[in-house]
Amino acid sequence: MIKKYFFQLIFFNLFFIKGVFAAESGGMPQLNPEFWISQIFWLTLTFGILYIVLSKIILPKISSNLELRKSQIQENVEAAERQRKDSESKLKEYEEIISKSKLEAKNIFKETKEKVLKDINSKREVLENEIDEEVKKAENEISLLKKKAPEKINKIAVETSAEILKNLIGAEVNNSSISAIVNDLSKKNRDKYYDN
Amino acid sequence: MAANPMTQFEVYRIGPEIKIGVFDISFTNASLFMVISSLAILIIFNIGSKKNSILPSKIQLLAELSYTFVSKMISDTAGSKAKPYFSFIFSLFMFVLFCNMFGMIPYTFTVTSHIIVTFILAAFIFIGVTVIGFIKHGFGYLKLFVPSGVPIVLLPLIVVIEIISYLSRPISLSVRLFANMMAGHTMMKVFGGFVISLGIVGGWLPLSFSVALTGLEILVAFLQAYVFAILTCIYLNDALNLHH
Repeated sequence: MIKKYFFQLIFFNLFFIKGVFAAESGGMPQLNPEFWISQIFWLTLTFGILYIVLSKIILPKISSNLELRKSQIQENVEAAERQRKDSESKLKEYEEIISKSKLEAKNIFKETKEKVLKDINSKREVLENEIDEEVKKAENEISLLKKKAPEKINKIAVETSAEILKNLIGAEVNNSSISAIVNDLSKKNRDKYYDN
Repeated sequence: MAANPMTQFEVYRIGPEIKIGVFDISFTNASLFMVISSLAILIIFNIGSKKNSILPSKIQLLAELSYTFVSKMISDTAGSKAKPYFSFIFSLFMFVLFCNMFGMIPYTFTVTSHIIVTFILAAFIFIGVTVIGFIKHGFGYLKLFVPSGVPIVLLPLIVVIEIISYLSRPISLSVRLFANMMAGHTMMKVFGGFVISLGIVGGWLPLSFSVALTGLEILVAFLQAYVFAILTCIYLNDALNLHH
């Protein structure tokens, strides 16, 4: 319903448009030459001033601003490029240094290792020699003792047998006869007690 | 009662009547808006060019973008030879653009909606371009009217057509701008009148049209300024680089 009224209103009003604008008279003001000269004058004046100020003062400034910025940006880009190259070469140097020092460290490590090994070997040899010597000495002593042992034992045997005989028979027996018997016995049994 | 849609184009005197000889050069509303537009351009571009920072401020960016925009337009259409005329075309473009744009503010006056203004601009361009053409090429500039590769039989006809088209350049240039501005503003006024006469019930439809038209007119205001400038560049290109 409202819609219908709405369209009716629009429709009927269109008929009145003619009446609405009927008051207009004289047509286009643009074709009235009354102020033509004035407009030409003011147009020339304002546009002339605008052109002169723009071309002599403002536009050169904008142009130089743009040029300046362009060159500055160019410079900055170049500087950045330079620095990038610099840093790359520095990085390379650094890497070289690192690899060199790594190699050096390896060499040092190797050398010290070898040195230490040599040292240890030599010391061990010395020690072994010493030990060998000690062992030999001890063996010598042992063998010496071994050699001396039968004589002492014979002596002890002679003395003890003399003592025993004295207690048994109550008479002193000649030491030389006892020692002759002991010697004889020990010679006979030597192989039994001493293998060597 | 809706107002006459043409009253917005009326010129009236502001202040006293000034006369030089028989010529009336009184300050009018048209003059006022020419002054306002020029001043606005000068102020904006003066601020935009004052200090140069690597990272431009908004207004500086605006000035520099317009500079590069017009510069690119000229070099694209007229080549590198048109460099000396850059400031003229820049001023022309900015002047027409600002006059058009100021006309979009309600209750203002549109300078470019007057045939006499656009015609003077177009006539100046026409005469200037013709003079440049004759200076650069001498009478060889007349070759412009004789396109190459046209059969001899058709030549008289073609030459006549070319001459007419050349002479009608200032008219087409000025009428294009003036008619566009006038028609747009008249239409907006008519739709505004509809809003009033249809009232609260039916006025919404013309109002929405009016809103849409405002957007369109802003586009047209820019476009016509651009067309005006680019046609100037094309005419200049004809004068500078004789292609025919």
